[in-house]
Order: sequence, then structure tokens, then C-alpha cells
Amino acid sequence: MPAIWLTLAVLALATAGYVLGRARALTSAGGDSRKLHSLPSYYGIHVFLFTAAPALALLALWILVQPLIIERAVSTHLPERVFSGNADRGLVMSDVRRVANGLDLAVSQGAMTTEYARTVRTELTDVRERLGEVGVAVGSDIGPEVLRAAQNYRSLAARGDLLRSLTIAVLALGGLLVSIIRTTRDFRARNVVEQAILGLLLLSATIAILTTIGIVFSLIFNTVEFFGLYPAWDFFLGLTWSPSFGGGSELGIFPLLWGTFYISLIALAVSVPIGLFAAVYLSEYASPHVRSVAKPLIEVLAGIPTIVYGLFALLTVGPLLMRVFGDGGVGIMQAGTAVMTAGLVMGIMLIPFVSSLSDDIINAVPQAMRDGSLGLGATRSETVRQVVLPAALPGIVGAILLAASRAIGETMIVVMGAGAAARLSMNPFDAMTTVTAKIVSQLTGDADFASPEALVAFALGMTLFVITLGLNVLALYIVRRYREQYE
Amino acid sequence: MYDTPKLESETVTDEVKISARGCQVHYGDNHAIKDVDIDIQDKTVTSFIGPSGCGKSTFLRCLNRMNDTIDICRVQGNITLDGQDIYDPRVDPVQLRARVGMVFQKPNPFPKSIYDNVAYGPKIHGMARNKADLDGIVEKSLRRAAIWDEVKDRLGAPGTGLSGGQQQRLCIARAVATEPEVLLMDEPCSALDPIATAQVEELIDELRQDYSVVIVTHSMQQAARVSQKTAFFHLGNLVEYGDTGQIFTNPADTRTESYITGRIG
Repeated sequence: MPAIWLTLAVLALATAGYVLGRARALTSAGGDSRKLHSLPSYYGIHVFLFTAAPALALLALWILVQPLIIERAVSTHLPERVFSGNADRGLVMSDVRRVANGLDLAVSQGAMTTEYARTVRTELTDVRERLGEVGVAVGSDIGPEVLRAAQNYRSLAARGDLLRSLTIAVLALGGLLVSIIRTTRDFRARNVVEQAILGLLLLSATIAILTTIGIVFSLIFNTVEFFGLYPAWDFFLGLTWSPSFGGGSELGIFPLLWGTFYISLIALAVSVPIGLFAAVYLSEYASPHVRSVAKPLIEVLAGIPTIVYGLFALLTVGPLLMRVFGDGGVGIMQAGTAVMTAGLVMGIMLIPFVSSLSDDIINAVPQAMRDGSLGLGATRSETVRQVVLPAALPGIVGAILLAASRAIGETMIVVMGAGAAARLSMNPFDAMTTVTAKIVSQLTGDADFASPEALVAFALGMTLFVITLGLNVLALYIVRRYREQYE
Repeated sequence: MYDTPKLESETVTDEVKISARGCQVHYGDNHAIKDVDIDIQDKTVTSFIGPSGCGKSTFLRCLNRMNDTIDICRVQGNITLDGQDIYDPRVDPVQLRARVGMVFQKPNPFPKSIYDNVAYGPKIHGMARNKADLDGIVEKSLRRAAIWDEVKDRLGAPGTGLSGGQQQRLCIARAVATEPEVLLMDEPCSALDPIATAQVEELIDELRQDYSVVIVTHSMQQAARVSQKTAFFHLGNLVEYGDTGQIFTNPADTRTESYITGRIG
């Protein structure tokens, strides 16, 4: 039985269990819900959970583990001579899987009978052609060993599926039975449900944390591999970035970090004052009516995809800057793509980020502070400058650092607005590039994945990750360090 | 503290500091203050009493135009300070608030050092020519608020780190530092314990030497202890206004009598 039907069946059983459990609890109390320990629905939920949760959890685990076990079993039976040349185990096994899937498809479309798929021999039929007819393309010719392994794979999978369906059914029914038997008027169903909710919340938190750890590990292994091929010293302190896939690349991160830093700096110089002043206006000066219109309008900016900002940089801001600073004007700008172009547009992108975070923080400053200041004869702007902003400062610094992390991690605007040249220059009208843009260009294309030129992307990613992580930690630290003082 | 109205309550000056005539306040559609006439005297503690929602705090906030900061609030009628209409368009509410200081219900020290809290008003109004001047003002204000001895060794510590009673006295010092002529206090002791309350009450009595003090309070004992004049508000009306001793011993209006004996409230 396919997993989706199995899931639906378990859920149907659990729903039935809900009705049964609820009814049983009510019956045990003689139909008077006041005599129950918990609300009737808690008894229902309790049965539902005991029926569905273990069964579905096992199903999920089974789906993950079964292919691994089958693959192991099949691959140990493959004779050594299949692995001749440079075809390694993984490639052969992917062939086996593909053939097995092809046979499945052929059977389901009626092109083969089940019996035929199980017994077909390459010696007698051209299986490759037969599979091609049902739309499964197999790269190389199918050897007899591969076909046999695929058939073996299919039979193991079929057996596994049957076993899975049976186990899940037994588990679901068992859970249903146990929980139904437990359901009496004195059973503390509410407490059980409370535990289940705690478990759900814990699970969600764990998944979020484990994913982060997983991401870090996926970076670490490739980064270590890169540093095996390329000296870390040259990577971190090199002043030249010139990857060439033929070999002899110079992969110094410094020009990229400089570009990232420079563009982020311009972006922050644009977004922090504008965002902060907009936030002050919205929270301190604007009437409720203006605020209710203006705040969503500013936040619309946050919803624009960065690729659209990139287009804006490329088509509008770049040419505009060219007209002023280009050859016709000041003459210090060679092309529309420049640090300034990307920085300005990125700054615009960050305005809503800074303003809405700061706005929330400024609003959180107690009205009593403003009253106290106004009551002493301070004007509104004096109150904002001397009382409200200092009180909100830790939060605002946190908001700025978060905006900085976003600026550092931004890619699309840089790719379209800042050019692709890794350059060390002080002129903000030169084209430069950033770490993120280079990660994209190193990993897209036909690079050999084992070369330092491709693997450098992971080292760049790791460096960036460490930098933004550091900024976030710093932001959190600042917010925590100073928050208690202002309550 | 005093269980009976003090003897000083008889010694009031007759000089009128603030005078209101036909004062009306609307909060949106709610008519919060109805036609209030009152003369508040200089160098006197005047207390406003009355049940919750009777408008006493609203009226207090009219006296330094703090109601201006509330969008839906409209004030009509005539309120004068030393004979000058404070709602005259030529009057700068910011200047007015420097002359009419305010202490709030909840202590609200700024998230700054004790020193900066007190120096805030003088700095804004340019009252000190140099640092030594400012130091002098800060010390004088803190001494006046009877908190100098407790904080003189930690003027750089944050004002928010003080205890509730100390915070409220710090707020009083802050209000006093701008040398106002009138001090408005909106239930200054409602967030304080009895000991801190006693300290603040003592302080209010001392402040009377220099200022006209108006205090809103829910505690009738407090009104009787600290004030020379008492005004009783009910449902937005000023029901009765007179010497504290007379209000508490021989009220003219039956509503006043009912309130102070605990039958309405």
C-alpha cells in the first residue's frame, strides 16, 4: 500500500478513534460530562493521538530507512566485475534504482505483467528499449547483473512495503485499543494531551536547531576539503581574486570582503538615517490616520523581491548615476554597475527593515517617559532625542545590526548592480563584487566539483556565515545587555 | 503622621495662583469636566479628591496643558496663571510646563543617571551657565526632595535602579529642578508603600514654602494630612471647594459628606 494511502487510513482510523474515545468517556460517566476528569474532546484527542502519532512516526522513519537497507542488501549481492573501470558503487546503484523504477512504471502502465517484470532476462529481451517505450531513459546498456539487482530490489521493496503496511496497521490498531481501554471517567486525558502538545512544541524547536547544525556541517566538510587543496593563509590574506578553472587560481577573499563591506556600508548609510527618521515620524509625530496608511506603505518595500530591486539598480539607478558621475558629468564612473548603485538600492531595500523594527522598539518605550519629559517643559524633538531614542537605543542598535547581516548576505542586487569584478578600490563608483555574488558564480557553470575553484564557494559561505552569525550574536548581546536597564 | 488636620491648615495665603472659570473638557464624545470654577492659592497645598473617573486627573492635566498631547481632548473655558490665560494661542505650552511642573502617578525616572535625570530640565531650559552651576542646581533639588543623602555617592547610577519611593522623590527633584511656580502631583503615592508615602508627604509639606502644590489623591487621610484646601469632584463637576478642615468636618454638600464617610465612591 503506498505511503499516502497508509497515512490516510491511519488518520481515518484515528478520527474514528476520536469519536469512539469521546463516546466511551461519556458513557463511563453516565452521559454527564461534568463527572469526567477532562472535557470530552480531550478523551477523543487522546485516542486520536495514540492511534495516529506512533503509527505515523514509524511510517516516516520506515520511509527513510527502508531504501537504505534494501540498497545495502542489493549492493552486497552485486558481483565485483560490475564495478570495472571508473563506475563506482553509487553510479551502479543509481542505475539499479532507475531500472527498478522503470519496471514499476512499465507494470503500472500495463506494458509488462508483474510476472514478466520479475523474470525478464537481458539475454532474451532488450529491456532498455522496452523501458524507453514507457518513457524511462536508461543511460548505458543494462547488464544482466544490473537487471537482476533491479529485480531483486523490486522484490525486496515489495516485501518491505507489505511488512510496513502490516506493522503500521498493527501499531495503529494497538494504539487505538490501548487508549480506548484506558478511557474511563477518571482517566486524566487533559494532562496527556498537554504532554503531547509539549512534545509537539519541543519537536518543532529541535527540528529548527538540528537544521541549523546540519547546514553548518554541510559547509564544514566542504570547507575542510577546500583548505586541503588551497592554503588557508592565501585564502584569508590574499589580495587577488582570479579563479581560473585551468589551474593556477589566486583565491584571496580580501577583495570580496572589501566589496561586501563597502556596499553594506553605503547601504547602511542610506537605510539607517532614513529608516530611523521614518520610524520616529511614524511613532511620535504622525496622527493615527497617517500612521495607519503610511506604515503598510513602507512595509510594501519589504515585500518586493530582491531581483526586482536588482532590475531597478540596473535600469534606473545605474544610468541615473552615470549621467551625473559618468563621462558626461564628473567623470569618475566608468559604467552603471558600481558599488554606489548596488549600495543605494540595497539601502532602499533595508529602509522598511530598519524602520519597522525601530518603530516597534520606539513604541515600546513607555508613555510615562514622554509624559515625564513633556511635563518638564521639553519639546517633542527634545523628548525624542534625549529620552525616547536613548531608551530605545539598544533595540535600535540590534535592528541596525540585523539590517547589516541582511546587507552582507544580499546577492541579487549585487549581481545586477555592482558588476562582477573583484577589485580593491576606494572609489565608490568602481565596479566591485561581494562574497555572495562570487559564491553564485563559482558554483554555477560546469566546474569540476572537486576543484578548489568550486570548493572555494563553501569556504566563502562559511566565512560569511561566521561573520553574520557574529553580527547576530553581537546584536543579541547588545539588546540583552542594555534592555533590563530601561524597564 | 497626623491623624487630624494640622494647625497649619489655617495659615493659608490669599494670593490666587491659578484661576479657572467655566472650564469644560471633552474626550471625544465624553464630557469629562463640566463647568469648573476654582481659585488655587499660592504657597498652599490643594488636594483634589473624588471617586475614580470623576475628572480630577483630567482637570489637573489642564493646568499645564498636558492634555494637548492627547489628540481627542478638547479644553474650553478660561484658565489663568498669575492672571495670564494659559490657553492663549501666544502661550507656548512648552514654556508653561516649565513653570507648572508635574509629578506622575507612577515614578517615571528617565533611563539615565540620577544626575542626568535631575539636570534634564535645567539643561533644556538653559538654566545653568556652567557645570558647577548645574552641579549646584542638582544638589539643591535633590536636597529639597529629601533624597540627597541617599544618592549623593552614586549620582552616576541609573535612576531606574532606585527603590519605588526613592524614584518618586527623584521625580520630584527633577520637577523641582526647573524651579516651577506650581507643582502638580497626580496620585504621587499610589505606587508607594506606607513608609515611602510618609516621606513624600513630609516632602510635600516642605515644598509648600515655595510653591503652590496641587495633589490628586484617592486617600482621604492623605488629603487631610497634607493639604490646606480640598476640592471634591464628582462626575466631572466640582462639588465643593474649601478649607480642608471644613470639608472633612463640616461639608456643605451631601455628596461630599457621602463620599468622605464612604457611602459613595
